[in-house]
Amino acid sequence: MKKFLNTYDEDCIACHACETICARTYFKVDDLERSRIRIEEQEKSAHIVTCNQCETCVKVCPTLALTVNAQGVVLLNNRLCVGCYMCIAACPNESMFRYLGGIIPIKCIACGLCLDSCPTEAIRIEEKKENEK
Amino acid sequence: MTNRKILAEFPYELKPVEKGYNRRTLYINLSTKDIKSRPVSDLMIDKFVGGKGFDLYLMWHAVKDTTRWNDPENEICISFGPLCGNTNYPGSGKSIVTTISPLTDIPVDCNVGGHFGPYAKFSGWDAIEIQGKSDEEIIIYIDGDKGIVQILSAPDEEINSHILAEKLIAEFADNPNSYQYVSVVSSGKAADYVPISCLNFSFWDKRRKVARLKQAGRGGTGMVFRDKRIKALVVKYSGLKGDTNHPVDLETLQKTGLKVHKEIEELDDQQNRMRQVGTAHLVEIMNDYDLLPIKNFKYGQMEEAKGLASWEFKKLFTQGLPDGCWFGCSMSCCKAVDGFIPRTGPYKGQKVTVDGPEYETVGGCGSNLCIWNPRDVVELNFYCDTYGIDTISFGTSCAFAMECYEYGILNKERTGGLDLSWGNADSVFELIHQMGRGEGFGVIVGQGVHKMKEIFAREYGADPKLLQDIGMEAKGLEYSQYMSKESLAQQGGYTLALKGPQHDEAWLIFMDMVNNQIPTFEDKAEALHYFPMFRTWFGLQGLCKLPWNDIEPANNAETDEPAKVPEHVQNYVDIYTAITGKPLDKDELIRQSERVYNFQKVFCLRMGKGRRIDDIPPYRAVGPVTEEEYLSRQERYDKLLKEKQGIDPEGKSTQEKMALLRAYREDQYQQLVDAVYKRKGWTKEGIPTIEHLKSLGMDLPEVVEVVKRFL
Ligand code: SF4
Ligand code: SF4
Ligand code: SF4
Repeated sequence: MKKFLNTYDEDCIACHACETICARTYFKVDDLERSRIRIEEQEKSAHIVTCNQCETCVKVCPTLALTVNAQGVVLLNNRLCVGCYMCIAACPNESMFRYLGGIIPIKCIACGLCLDSCPTEAIRIEEKKENEK
Repeated sequence: MTNRKILAEFPYELKPVEKGYNRRTLYINLSTKDIKSRPVSDLMIDKFVGGKGFDLYLMWHAVKDTTRWNDPENEICISFGPLCGNTNYPGSGKSIVTTISPLTDIPVDCNVGGHFGPYAKFSGWDAIEIQGKSDEEIIIYIDGDKGIVQILSAPDEEINSHILAEKLIAEFADNPNSYQYVSVVSSGKAADYVPISCLNFSFWDKRRKVARLKQAGRGGTGMVFRDKRIKALVVKYSGLKGDTNHPVDLETLQKTGLKVHKEIEELDDQQNRMRQVGTAHLVEIMNDYDLLPIKNFKYGQMEEAKGLASWEFKKLFTQGLPDGCWFGCSMSCCKAVDGFIPRTGPYKGQKVTVDGPEYETVGGCGSNLCIWNPRDVVELNFYCDTYGIDTISFGTSCAFAMECYEYGILNKERTGGLDLSWGNADSVFELIHQMGRGEGFGVIVGQGVHKMKEIFAREYGADPKLLQDIGMEAKGLEYSQYMSKESLAQQGGYTLALKGPQHDEAWLIFMDMVNNQIPTFEDKAEALHYFPMFRTWFGLQGLCKLPWNDIEPANNAETDEPAKVPEHVQNYVDIYTAITGKPLDKDELIRQSERVYNFQKVFCLRMGKGRRIDDIPPYRAVGPVTEEEYLSRQERYDKLLKEKQGIDPEGKSTQEKMALLRAYREDQYQQLVDAVYKRKGWTKEGIPTIEHLKSLGMDLPEVVEVVKRFL
């Protein structure tokens, strides 16, 4: 089984709390560009963009910087990454991100911190079978 | 380290690259064992930019007018260019190798992938210049982590590349987890004996756990390398990051690269399928359009050629791997055949990974010889690479020998018992192994077409006119694998190319023959000006040509000039400025190339070639040499006689029609040359005028002095 962040757009109120906590935790900044989860505000709704651990990016990384851990979560090894961003282009969910000034992409590692900050339970940690998209 | 003496050592200060440049080059003299760092002047950057420009500049000042390939002062230069090594834009890891060629006696330049170039650059060098000759086998080692260059003795090991590269990677890497930080340049056993030789540049393939080999193929670089008794160049550099090239504007560079990654991701499967089959996708297209060389360029199409179509190679290529020859190349065209077991030669029965075959190799080692079994092509590819043989020159040279065999110029007595009938793969394998062993008729074939013509005329009394017509070489270099008979522009693209007939200056067959976009001489001349200049630019920067037009933006067809891929041209302008901080536009891009191109032209003149008489193609590249060729496309040729020449073919013998067609086509070619020289700012004899050099800012005293001898 694979652990991943499932998202429920219909519950999202676009308060951006998840982005804030993610950016603060990993980069100690309030810049939402540093979040590994992103909320795209649309006219009447919101869309939550984050990794579903599909492993597409793992296959394109030329340096094997991307690997899958025992829980099925895709992790990025900063030491091996050469910043080519081929993984960003390959991600079918557009959830491998870059940010201004960065040379290494960022992605959700299903740590679950944002869950608690979400007032509507629009994000949940769930499990799926290995080959489920 | 195993059994090595340090013959010379040069410690140097490690400094970060700034805006794409180190501002120093590495000079190594193997005769004196002298190693030094040389500063890069503003003049070098302003006028020569980098890459091939730096190589030619350094070589110009190292050689004499009389220097030949095996003189000690001849150099092997390898340079990288300011854009080389960025990991952001696809196709940014090329090295450019130059030397005075054993095949042509003039400078040859090769653009090659693999990790050596970027690692050597990030180790601190904008170019490497190797002069002199060693009196023993050596390895040159650049440790870019510590800042040390060494010349090491290399008495023991293997010479063939697929073994040597892996052995040296294991030896010089810090541990088995850091093989990816080492890259090796090597040649192979055949380069000791035959000039149609190449260099292999490695990259460690982490998934396959093998050293992959990319070739600096053309013009005999391998033989110069081995003549200097270099077994290998080794570089180690472990510090690569997404900004090691220190661009001034990382944001633009990343965004522009990402845009092309996405284009490839979305469109490659519908366009050229480079990620699935690499350049082999061209085989069926060329066959469909009568452009795939068959039987030494006699024909361009054959039913059997379907056996070499890309879908056949797709079955052999391991799919779904990021096969870029440098990090960040999402085009990933470097396909490989894993677990291949050769059926002949010294590595018979052993499992190997083979790089390629690319289109040129399929044409050269397959269709041109009527070898239709893809596995045989893979095996020839493997042995060419590991022995250090250029697959293109190998193919064209074997094809020439086979045609001579067909005509009885050669026979079993003369070939040492080899039956060189079309399609006899076993004999072709024997030829290649003879090149690897330095014996037998293989060594004669390995001298290349130009030398074979001399030998067959002298020794076997063959008709020199026939040999000239069917020998597919110009300036001493073998043609690469496209049929140019029906495209006047491509006849120029090949034959006017400075180093000899390679398609990397211009590939105009579709524009000219299929789409009829450049009907007049002036149109063709404009194309033969623009495209060679545009493509020269890749060699100045350390870039690959393929991501320019082997992937096109979705709306490219709707632009003013789709053949130029305007959006990609703008990408290159943008990333150049993003890295170097210098302003550029698409016109100045062409001017950068024009300076170096004209310098190379004058360099050729200085070494004794580059005049109008050196720009003559063999008639096989222009029209049908034999009756059987004419008759096989009689309808086409008869129609041309009528429509273009106003001659009624009725009642004329084939010989008469052939003569009329030939006179017409040879005249057309000469008119094309007039138009191209004029467009390029050269005299009718092909000499750059002083005014033209002045207008480019290339009226350097040493250049003007050479040009004056020819005006
Ligand atoms: S980052 Fe994208 S490609 Fe990678 S695992 Fe997540 S969703 Fe899949
Ligand atoms: S940016 Fe890093 S993680 Fe992504 S594909 Fe490139 S090397 Fe791998
Ligand atoms: S397109 Fe192919 S040859 Fe060019 S850089 Fe990419 S992988 Fe290498």
